Amino acid sequence: MMLKNAFKYVGLRGISTSRPASAQLTVRDALNSAIDEEMERDERVFILGEEVAQYDGAYKISRGLWKKYGDKRVIDTPITEMGFAGIATGAAMGGLRPICEFMTWNFSMQAIDHVINSAAKTFYMSAGLVNVPIVFRGPNGAAAGVAAQHSQCFGAWYSHCPGLKVVAPYSAEDAKGLLKAAIRDPDPVVCLENEIMYGTAFDVSDEVLSKDFIVPIGKAKIERVGKHITLVAFSRAVATCLDAAKELSAIGIEAEVVNLRSLRPLDFDTVMESVKKTNHLVSVEHGWPQSGVGAEIVSRMVEGPGFYYLDAPPVRVTGADIPMPYAKTLEDNSLPQGKDVVRVVKKILNVQ
Amino acid sequence: MLPIRLARFGIRSVAANCKRINIGSLSQVAREFSSDERPQFPGSRSQWTEKLEFIRPDLYDGIPVYRVMDRKGKVIDPSQDPQLSQEMVTKMYKCMTQLNTMDRILYESQRQGRISFYMTNYGEEGTHIGSAAALDPKDLIFGQYREAGTLMWRGFTLDQFMNQCYGNVDDGGKGKQMPVHYGSKELNFVTISSPLGTQMPQAVGAAYAYKRSQNGLCVMCYFGEGTSSEGDAHAALNFSATLDCPVIFFCRNNGYAISTPSKEQYRGDGIAGRGPAYGMLTIRVDGNDVFAVYNATLKARQVAISEMRPVLIEAMTYRIGHHSTSDDSTAYRSVDEVRYWDERDHPISRLRNYMLSKGWWGDAQEKEWKEDCKRQVMTAFARAEKKLKPNWKEIFTDVYHEMPSHIREQMKQMEEHVQKYAEHYPLKNFTKD
Repeated sequence: MMLKNAFKYVGLRGISTSRPASAQLTVRDALNSAIDEEMERDERVFILGEEVAQYDGAYKISRGLWKKYGDKRVIDTPITEMGFAGIATGAAMGGLRPICEFMTWNFSMQAIDHVINSAAKTFYMSAGLVNVPIVFRGPNGAAAGVAAQHSQCFGAWYSHCPGLKVVAPYSAEDAKGLLKAAIRDPDPVVCLENEIMYGTAFDVSDEVLSKDFIVPIGKAKIERVGKHITLVAFSRAVATCLDAAKELSAIGIEAEVVNLRSLRPLDFDTVMESVKKTNHLVSVEHGWPQSGVGAEIVSRMVEGPGFYYLDAPPVRVTGADIPMPYAKTLEDNSLPQGKDVVRVVKKILNVQ
Repeated sequence: MLPIRLARFGIRSVAANCKRINIGSLSQVAREFSSDERPQFPGSRSQWTEKLEFIRPDLYDGIPVYRVMDRKGKVIDPSQDPQLSQEMVTKMYKCMTQLNTMDRILYESQRQGRISFYMTNYGEEGTHIGSAAALDPKDLIFGQYREAGTLMWRGFTLDQFMNQCYGNVDDGGKGKQMPVHYGSKELNFVTISSPLGTQMPQAVGAAYAYKRSQNGLCVMCYFGEGTSSEGDAHAALNFSATLDCPVIFFCRNNGYAISTPSKEQYRGDGIAGRGPAYGMLTIRVDGNDVFAVYNATLKARQVAISEMRPVLIEAMTYRIGHHSTSDDSTAYRSVDEVRYWDERDHPISRLRNYMLSKGWWGDAQEKEWKEDCKRQVMTAFARAEKKLKPNWKEIFTDVYHEMPSHIREQMKQMEEHVQKYAEHYPLKNFTKD
């Protein structure tokens, strides 16, 4: 699809502007080692997509895998998302465990029929006879300076559909554990990564570095404990919330940050438990407001008993309801930032 | 050996290039010697020319249609007769006619509102049975939707067909799919998927899995000439060639994609005309000649597995029935046209003539089989209609391998609701826990 070359450039730029590697594992290396370990563990696992082999992937997620596993298990495909998504789906039906890399999720629109109508529904339509153990993965959400057709969050789109599981890692720990869980899962899993986060390094424990490390799909994580307000987010928006929480802490507001990790199944219990404690809810996402993940979180909170735990109406902080503009200032301000979250929280808590 | 300079492009130049590749060790020498003489562009294997000339698509006749029998069922070249046993040919004939009978009953049952939808296979029985008979029963089939005969050949019973169309308790698909979307793991037939063409790249993926496991099997992928206009078709054909996959692409060119005639579907030489462009072995056969289909599929299978490469078969046939029960084909084609194929060039009558000439079949047998066949179909039909629907809770199963809590919650809510308002629901029609 269009602008792929520009995208590669952006990918490289992403590496050069990453935070200094003060910690042990970048999201990129976490994803890379997750794939590597699972390919080593299970001969049926293979990766296919554009540029994934000799070129090591447009974002270098498959770095070194082609050298290690060869053409048989690291397959460069011609440029046709519907084609290789279909081939991957068929390979899963045929007994393999494909990892289908979309150079970005933006390009998956060409292939969405295979993702939804085939991968997600075949197990049901065949009444459990044909299963499709497949992972569709790639960077999701806004990158930087690549405008409308390359800057979009597909969290709401894919998490809408029964039959799919959808994970959206934020940290290196999330990335490694969720992707490994996705590869081992018997159902089709969509893994929404974030390009801006690829070069970000996180402190990780030895447990995360172990080959047995798994993050269960469908379980959220409390990234920061707080008592005054609950901030719910996934992927890069977790960083937005943590930034906000830090700033709020300076004025005595302790925000609890829930990292959803999975969008489907959605761990609403964790959100509910948090709100029972804080009595305030804000959802933060980089995607659009209408029918978004935040809309789902807020609905679940107010349509049931959760409503009675709230001391104020819940609020969604989302990306602006427009296709992404190109100009940097406009782009930055089209996405939620820490200061937006801070403002909303202050308003809800009635703090000046 | 110096490359042959060709005056024209097209099929002949492809053949010449193949010759060049086959000369083995000499080719390296030839390449060095002739590097000025030949273009060196990556991905190119052609000649220079100083003539300004566009390639005309009408320069050569279309790819010929391979046949064994003429329209009267007479074998033209005895060397092409597959010499199948009387038992085998009789089984083929019975399967083709039984499919025909089942179609009539189920088509009518849709018209009477007993089932929601149906698609007949009229006129294409030869493509189904000829190809299915040449496959190993363990070869994996990806169908489009009009290939019920292949499943019948593999042993899917009348009861199984009927149970699926009724979505009753004995439907292997637990009543989840619309009629004719059959599937059988036991018979290596992937559940039919409605969106057109998605089965094609999926077949390539499955063939890739077979290639890796080296299980001595191939994947059979059926599609129509209309489907070949989908982007998926291009991706599949191209990938199968570049990935060297053991897959047979079997195009049922039945003349119509719902109402669109094939002459509006493409301008080139049908679907087979595209095969060489993808670097695939290709053949066009008379789909109404069950032996031609059998021979072509048998050979294609051998090549696909022994050489690990895809093969394209274009079977020319005619869709005598409407596209589906949602279609009325009298709106876009004449009754005379349909009658011609039904009366003059039908795969079933052609095979019957062959059997008659061999003394393997006669009027008495025909009459007896027709009655027997109809009775079998009607019995299975009546049985299926009477059966209960699957337990309604099945609507919540098989979404995931393990039922997640939110789906369990939905099921619980429905259980409570149905229990509370039981008198408002036809629970007696559904299987109990």
